[in-house]
Amino acid sequence: MIKKIKYGFNWILLLGSTLLVCLVLGVILWDIFSKGISSVSWNFISQFPTNGMTKGGILPAIIGTLLLTFITTIFAVPFGVACAIYLNEYARPSALTNIIRASIRNLAGIPSIIYGLFGLALFVQALNLGTSVLSAGLTLGLLSLPYIITTTEEALKRIPNSMREATLALGATQFETIKDVVLPKALPGILTGVILTMSRAAGETAPILFTGVAFYINGISASPNQEFMALPYHLYMLSTQHQAIEQVRPLAYGTAAVLILLVFILNIVAFYIRFKHRTQN
Amino acid sequence: MSIKKREYTDWLLKKVFKATGFITIALLAGIFLMLLYNSIAFFADIKPIDFFTGSQWNPESGKGKYGIAPLLVSTGLVTLGAMLIAVPLGIFTAAYLSELAHPKVKAILKPVIEMLAAIPSVAIGFLGIVLVGPGIAKIFGIANGLNAFNGSVLLAVMALPTIITISEDAINAVPLSHREASLAIGANKWQTIFKVTLPAALPGLIAAVMLGLGRALGETMTVLMATGNAAVMPSGFLDAVRTITATIAIEMGEVPYQTTHYFALFAIAVILFLITLIINLLGEYFANRLRKFHA
Repeated sequence: MIKKIKYGFNWILLLGSTLLVCLVLGVILWDIFSKGISSVSWNFISQFPTNGMTKGGILPAIIGTLLLTFITTIFAVPFGVACAIYLNEYARPSALTNIIRASIRNLAGIPSIIYGLFGLALFVQALNLGTSVLSAGLTLGLLSLPYIITTTEEALKRIPNSMREATLALGATQFETIKDVVLPKALPGILTGVILTMSRAAGETAPILFTGVAFYINGISASPNQEFMALPYHLYMLSTQHQAIEQVRPLAYGTAAVLILLVFILNIVAFYIRFKHRTQN
Repeated sequence: MSIKKREYTDWLLKKVFKATGFITIALLAGIFLMLLYNSIAFFADIKPIDFFTGSQWNPESGKGKYGIAPLLVSTGLVTLGAMLIAVPLGIFTAAYLSELAHPKVKAILKPVIEMLAAIPSVAIGFLGIVLVGPGIAKIFGIANGLNAFNGSVLLAVMALPTIITISEDAINAVPLSHREASLAIGANKWQTIFKVTLPAALPGLIAAVMLGLGRALGETMTVLMATGNAAVMPSGFLDAVRTITATIAIEMGEVPYQTTHYFALFAIAVILFLITLIINLLGEYFANRLRKFHA
């Protein structure tokens, strides 16, 4: 009898924990979407903020976030993929390889605000790029680097060695093997990692605080040397720094809903690519 | 293309790929040296002893008080609270996923955890202000719910996906033969889970906790938004606190470049960098032990 109660308790402990985790996600999504969806309209995503941010839309923040994510990806993907190719295709087990791998793991663990400080010292000041979307994008690019390297290497690892051997046996050089056989085969896996990295970059706030984000800009320009608005920073400012916090609460909820929607869409795309690729093989 | 040209391309690109490997080392070293370089300018103005033992952080006062203790205690308090919530919850969930859940249930739960991991920290911080804060104020009968406890709850949510995913991998890595041996000598399902499988996965579970801890320690936006940001020594979970990360985020935007205050923010960043580095190295050590154990 006592044993039965004890085992019942174990069940509750494990199942209850799992249900609680699901409940947390449910509460987050329900609160943001139930209160945010009424603010989201075509006007909200297609107009500039007006009346000191108390009315209007979030168009410049959406454009800023897209531009920022684009710069981050353009910068981080070539470096990250090249580094993963080196680690998986060329590097032999050695002290140097171990140091590179340890560096990557530790880079992944560095707090994002420290990347912000590094971006400030390197891009904004030392390289004189100023506070701009370029500085912020490069900073986020560095932050994303370990993530892209890890996911790309996972994708390369899944390519069977027999394919490489077959190509090499036909007389291709190692680079030709990588370019014509390994990379095309690993592309869906690499793409999944890249899209997930974009989703993370779109939601980051701390690294862009001092490198170029602005509360308000009054025009849209695709020029990379200007300050920009971004969705996560807009949400932060609306919910903590605005002079009429209660009045702009619906706008903050709307911004949060758009931000989470954007991130989820990217995740679903990545999920779809991975799923399709798995069923093909 | 001639053979010579092809071989030259091959040789050249090999060098290019290798160079990118060095970039990662250079980046890690560069970040550390940059922080260190800027901190040296700080320690030229402020004695290290005042920095480490001073109990006040108040750079705006006359000569400026730069004691890191209240920030360290704040960071420790919020993170400790987060771990007290997230560690049992995360490990039990991982155990459920790996040992009990039907594959179909698992196929639903895995994306749930990935979605939780994907939610931006600023959105979690926002919920700290509009949802968790008022909730805490009501339950404890206090005027304002922006305090260390609020930060702990939010950081627990942010650390959970990391802890669950890595714990589940660790539990899955325990060989099936361990479980079969346990069941064969008459132990039941629960005795097997709690006395055989989880202890065998322990190094991996510690690694999971370390990585979750690193994530919580370095988180900026949630604590910046939800913990009240009072840079004084806290006396409990219901006090407003200000972590190292939040201090950098708040003050870096306001200080003039190249002042003592500016350099001070790099000095506290070095401390944060070293703490997270040690925690990551510890996590790696335990992850390696698990690998050796099962090899």
